[in-house]
Amino acid sequence: MQITLTINGETRSAEAEPRTLLVHFLRDHLDLTGTHWGCDTSNCGACVVLVDGEPVKSCTMLAAMAEGHEITTVEGLARDGELDPVQQGFFEEHGLQCGFCTPGMMLTARALLNENPDPSEEEIRVAISGQICRCTGYTNIVKAVRWAAEHEAGTATTGEEAIA
Amino acid sequence: MAATEERPIGFGRLKRKEDPRFLRGQGTYVDDVKLPGMLHGAILRSPLAHARIVSIDTSAAQQHPKVRAVVTGQDLAGLGLAWMPTLSADTQAVLATDKVRFQGQEVAFVVAEDRYAARDALELIEVDYEPLPVVSDVRRALDDDAPVIRDDKEGQTSNHIFDWEAGDEAEADRVFADADVVVVTQEIPFQRVHPAPLETCGSVADMDPVTGKLRLWTTSQAPHAHRTLYAMVAGIPEHKIQVIAPDIGGGFGNKVPIYPGYVCSIVGSILTGKPVKWMEDRTENLTSTGFARDYLMQGRIAADRDGRIRGLRVDVLADHGAFNATAQPSKYPAGFFHIFTGSYDLEAAYCSVRGVYTNKAPGGVAYRCSFRVTEAAYLVERMVDLLAAELDMDPVELRMRNFIRSDQFPYTTKTGWEYDSGDYHATMTEALRIAGYEDLRREQAEKRARGEHMGIGVSFFTETVGAGPKSKMDIAGLGMADGAELRVHPTGKAVVRISVKTQGQGHETTFAQIVAQELGIPPEDVEVVHGDTDQTPFGLGTYGSRSTPVSGAAVAMVSRKIRDKARLIASAALEVAPEDLEWEHGRWFVKGDPEKGQTIQELALAAHGTLTLPEGVEGHLDAEAVYDPPNLTYPCGAYIAVVDVDPATGEVRLRRFVAVDDCGVRINPMIVEGQVHGGLAEGAGIALMQHIAFDDQGNCLGGSFMDYLVPSSLEVPDWELGETVTPSPHHPLGAKGVGESSNVGSPPAIINAIVDALKPFGVRHVDMPATPGRVWEAIQSASGTTAPPQ
Repeated sequence: MQITLTINGETRSAEAEPRTLLVHFLRDHLDLTGTHWGCDTSNCGACVVLVDGEPVKSCTMLAAMAEGHEITTVEGLARDGELDPVQQGFFEEHGLQCGFCTPGMMLTARALLNENPDPSEEEIRVAISGQICRCTGYTNIVKAVRWAAEHEAGTATTGEEAIA
Repeated sequence: MAATEERPIGFGRLKRKEDPRFLRGQGTYVDDVKLPGMLHGAILRSPLAHARIVSIDTSAAQQHPKVRAVVTGQDLAGLGLAWMPTLSADTQAVLATDKVRFQGQEVAFVVAEDRYAARDALELIEVDYEPLPVVSDVRRALDDDAPVIRDDKEGQTSNHIFDWEAGDEAEADRVFADADVVVVTQEIPFQRVHPAPLETCGSVADMDPVTGKLRLWTTSQAPHAHRTLYAMVAGIPEHKIQVIAPDIGGGFGNKVPIYPGYVCSIVGSILTGKPVKWMEDRTENLTSTGFARDYLMQGRIAADRDGRIRGLRVDVLADHGAFNATAQPSKYPAGFFHIFTGSYDLEAAYCSVRGVYTNKAPGGVAYRCSFRVTEAAYLVERMVDLLAAELDMDPVELRMRNFIRSDQFPYTTKTGWEYDSGDYHATMTEALRIAGYEDLRREQAEKRARGEHMGIGVSFFTETVGAGPKSKMDIAGLGMADGAELRVHPTGKAVVRISVKTQGQGHETTFAQIVAQELGIPPEDVEVVHGDTDQTPFGLGTYGSRSTPVSGAAVAMVSRKIRDKARLIASAALEVAPEDLEWEHGRWFVKGDPEKGQTIQELALAAHGTLTLPEGVEGHLDAEAVYDPPNLTYPCGAYIAVVDVDPATGEVRLRRFVAVDDCGVRINPMIVEGQVHGGLAEGAGIALMQHIAFDDQGNCLGGSFMDYLVPSSLEVPDWELGETVTPSPHHPLGAKGVGESSNVGSPPAIINAIVDALKPFGVRHVDMPATPGRVWEAIQSASGTTAPPQ
């Protein structure tokens, strides 16, 4: 069947079987390989994308079910070539190592900050608790999200104290 | 505005050069590789742990409209590829021919037009199995009536693989027989676990039928060793094999061995004339690729009553699964387990290891540790704590009393290791300071008085990392040394090519920093090339914390060659003798006349220009080096865990964790700390939840992330780190390697903390993983109550 989705603000269309999972549709049919796949049981969260702004494990959703919804993948996080504060935060705080969980983590962080611009460490930990990172031990991911919170455009923090 | 931050030229907290591509979703992992005409492979696996294959009917699968090839073990046998050598001089079935020997073993391979069709076709293959008795309990593997698993091997009449020992048994016996010593014994299993990197294993094979060249994109921590092994096994000339390890989504030892799936993708490409991708799923990863640990250890420790430890002995029953596929230097069947004497100055030590086959998946990889060092550290650090409890001594005091002193280095252990350097007392003291140890003990006493169960656990480990030297250490005959090549271009920008392969450790940053430190070329001007055997010099790869100790040293040495050559060029350019030149900050200048000099960038241009070079100096500014380490390096660390246990549920909360690591000189402290964080989380997972268990029929009970639990952000604390720096005296940079230390040191600290918390109940030991059920049972059985049936 022909599946047409709105991804990162663009209309993308491809032929795929009805059973095609969103994660495979993105990766195999649209070559958006920034969304990763890491388990068979929806435990790892490497495949998280935003569907209408909500983090969703794209291995739990058929591509056809995503028609009519706004999908955001890691490729859509940066705007006009400028990194999103979340991306910048992961860079500044060494929030990634192998990079495999990073796209999903960043998208969940983006959704969290949209809802809660000043999350506590505990709130960040809860937000990312459905996703697995095997490299960082999570401490620097939490710091990365805090960095982003403190550097969002329009927020009051200057960021200087955050660097120190 | 904050003051402008000076960007460090060499060592320091440089942000990672590799990050931008990952942040934008532009990394290239194996599953991201897409070639024109590429087909997809899938593996049919055995549902049984031990069974004879009566027949395999692939006819229905062959007729699937999207299937291009179906391969069985018999087909491979015709090509001489049904079996392959392991990294431990054993053999492993690529696809089973005679019988299956573990659940999840590879039975048939399907190549189809897309990944869904390949999976569909697996369902169409009919295999008739005749079930055989199963041995999944290592204690039963050597029973007289145990079925012989490896009856394919000539002369193999039992499930015994090897016996190995180290140390002096007679000396150990003498110490243990001393009437004045206190002896503590304990059975200490280190459960089977799996590294479970977030990216599973896979490959894309592209055999060009015209040129005969095989390109293989693969999840490999050791691309050069893999290339040589493929050449030896498959008979493809080595210069016609290009192994490319692109971005790797974590390895932790899981991506050191060669797996049947890789071989199948190659065969599939040869048969179809098309590129073939094989990517395993998570269940395949957990049930068939390299497991770790699975050591059943019987420990004995002897000490004088005043706490002077005198002897340590351990006898190990090692479960190697159905094929001995342990990844380690070939002369060391139990890896470096004989570092089990740890950080203590002992009078006598002895260990024996007996390896056996069981109907479980093969492996025995070094999961985020140097070979079997994690098992060794866990053993000794639990035994020391058991001894402390027996002597009613504080576990820190007992350790301090027995540490190897800083003035004893280089220190030769009773099992033959020569520790290079360390100051264990200083490292321990720093951990106590950060943790506020005395305050913690006071808090614990108060809580105990209130009936709350807080535990404080201490561990101190010494690792042995950075294998070789190559005269002593090899894998499949390949000596453990690593090459590096460095080119400085005319404009002073550089390319360094290395043999090791990052799986997230940040090689592209760290190795650029080494060149920067040595030559004064800013790290952003240094491109690090790795992971492609056509583009890089030979070397044994990244595992056992080898990258900085071995390859990092190679990069330092090749940089120094460039520096030496630049000096000769400078002498020509400045018309002075080389001896009259001095080096500082990336520049050769005339002694006593610092204004007169040339930077490495100016000298690079001169090397490629028209300057008449001194006699015997070739043009350009390139060099290569091979580093064969004179010894291993010995990082150490002092760890303190604080837990709260709820005795009603057995739930353990890891509340604090202090880790003071001494890994010698830190090239990029930010990366070092990230490595420590990650290892701590994995260590916490091993201590508290990770377990690849089996039932008595050999069914794997840990075959998905629903059953094989790894830590999320909620189970681990905010790590508290510290450092001491004792440079390695024999490493050119004084560095020791750190990627695995925290995974070695953390499990015993956590278990020691749990046991400490349960002391009021009389609990003296809890096995890993210390799940709520196990902790609860330990409390019940120590309290003398009978546990209710499960």
